[in-house]
Amino acid sequence: MRTPDLIRFARDAATGNPLRTSLLILAMAIGVAAVVVLTALGDGARLYVISQFSSLGTNLVIVLPGRSQTGGFNPGNAITSTPRDLTIDDAQALLRASAVHRVAPLAIGTSEISYGGKLREVMVAGTNAQFIEVRRLKLAQGRFLPDGDWRRGAAEAVIGAKIRDELFGAETALGQLIRVGDRRFRVVGVMASTGQGLGMNTDELVIVPVALAQAMFNSNTLFRILVEANGRESIEAAKAQVSEILRLRHEGEEDVTVITQDAVLATFDKLLSTLTLAVAGIAAISLAVAGILVMNVMLVSVTQRTSEIGLLKALGATGATIRSAFLTEAAMLSLAGAVLGYLLGQGGAALIRQLYPAFPAYPPDWAVFAGLGTALVTGILFGVLPARQAARLDPVQSLAKR
Amino acid sequence: MPALIELSGIERIFHLGDSEVHALRHLDLSIAAGEYVAVMGPSGSGKSTLLNLLGLLDHPNIGIYRLEGRDVTTLSPEEQARVRSERIGFVFQSFHLVPRLTAAENIALPMTLAGIEPAQRAKRVEQALKDYGLADRASHRPDQLSGGQRQRVAIARATIMQPAMILADEPTGNLDRATGEQVMRLLEELNQRGVTLIVVTHDTTLGARARRQLLMEDGELRHDSTIKNK
Repeated sequence: MRTPDLIRFARDAATGNPLRTSLLILAMAIGVAAVVVLTALGDGARLYVISQFSSLGTNLVIVLPGRSQTGGFNPGNAITSTPRDLTIDDAQALLRASAVHRVAPLAIGTSEISYGGKLREVMVAGTNAQFIEVRRLKLAQGRFLPDGDWRRGAAEAVIGAKIRDELFGAETALGQLIRVGDRRFRVVGVMASTGQGLGMNTDELVIVPVALAQAMFNSNTLFRILVEANGRESIEAAKAQVSEILRLRHEGEEDVTVITQDAVLATFDKLLSTLTLAVAGIAAISLAVAGILVMNVMLVSVTQRTSEIGLLKALGATGATIRSAFLTEAAMLSLAGAVLGYLLGQGGAALIRQLYPAFPAYPPDWAVFAGLGTALVTGILFGVLPARQAARLDPVQSLAKR
Repeated sequence: MPALIELSGIERIFHLGDSEVHALRHLDLSIAAGEYVAVMGPSGSGKSTLLNLLGLLDHPNIGIYRLEGRDVTTLSPEEQARVRSERIGFVFQSFHLVPRLTAAENIALPMTLAGIEPAQRAKRVEQALKDYGLADRASHRPDQLSGGQRQRVAIARATIMQPAMILADEPTGNLDRATGEQVMRLLEELNQRGVTLIVVTHDTTLGARARRQLLMEDGELRHDSTIKNK
């Protein structure tokens, strides 16, 4: 039998029973659509988290006070086990490292902000002029904190977009005097609204010079030191140099934790990729179910068409021809289901993107290929048994059956 | 002239539960090319089994079947399918048309299965439709055709590959007398053009039309009209 004839024959056989065919295609389509949509969700979550982390800044090395890992015995431990605090001097010292490009100290506390009789609780970040560069933030109005001595600093503040809206409303905020805690600051800039952000939301932040923040909170410690490496390849070098400088400054005691953004990102990436795979696996179960359905339907079809199979044999069809006719039909049904499911899945993913624009719900390529491939393979694999059964039918008995 | 069909020592035994049924026993038969043979006998006499065997749809347990001088009992299933395709045409009592295919497609089916070029198929189907008076019924499906038309489609299908013999199993069984008469005349015309015609029937008047009558009973050949003293 010529291939175009075989395909036409299988197509006619499939369309000869529209209800059976459409239900089967639907089952296959649901399986493939599930794979596409669920992997789009999983991979979208991964991309979302990664983009959130990237928004913290690039080539970032973060220094935290205290040590989370257990080290070996150190003479320093015998004297004191209390970790040393991070200070502004520590931060400044890091600038000497060759792999370090910028350093931003960060002191965090909460305080009250007031202007024109309005009062609210805010998070105050004490830092320096480099902060905006290190964190890749943008200004909406005015300027950021001026560069200068980290230990001093003019009484100037940069406020977040939401704070500006709530305190000033329609008024101009630039140049106004606000009170934060017991100090007065002049507003010199307003941060651009970010709308979202992992951890610290700059929309509700008041940024002041680090020395003033420390004075306000009556402490000389830092919450974090944000270090920007010269480039992506020097992140590890920067990490090593930062650790070494701080160890020397802290009398040989490793009492700080240095983490790189890459390490955090890699962990999340791995975690969420695994999640996507797991979700894809669950969706694949529905494909297997659809495959069994293909087998069931094809077996029923063989039974229904017994006399036709007997006739084909009498007319000179070989077992191989009958086998390939039924296999072609199974493959066509699976293919139609897979294509329909792919379109449904992409439509579903597009709908999710429409509803949640921040969520990049794109199905990964591998999942699309795996979904389509699994659909075809299960369809054909589960079509083999019915096809073989059809080919083995005894023509005499088949013809006797009406 | 060498015999078209030569059966020697054919036995066909069916196992039904514990009992054995001898559908055919000690069958020796020779049919020459161009003969018109009627196989008659009561139900269960083995006439259908004989027809299936002649059509290579069934296999004897013992014995040799020579078709055009060639032992076909030992052929592989694929080779037998080829012999069926090229040398044998079947006409059934219940027509056995494929319901979803049109009359033209049903007639073309043996050529489609044999992998003949679409252009040649179309030409031969067109000729066949004309020959059997079905030209205006080409795109009708079987359920839109009368019984006589259906059987004409089935005969056109049986002859489209220009077989050496036509095996007809009660070809008029589902037709009224007039239509049956037409169908028989059609088959006899084919026989006059040289095609060997073997008709299975339990209708004695139908059987009497054939030049040679075989009477089957209990799986044995009881009477052969060409052999006087048996």
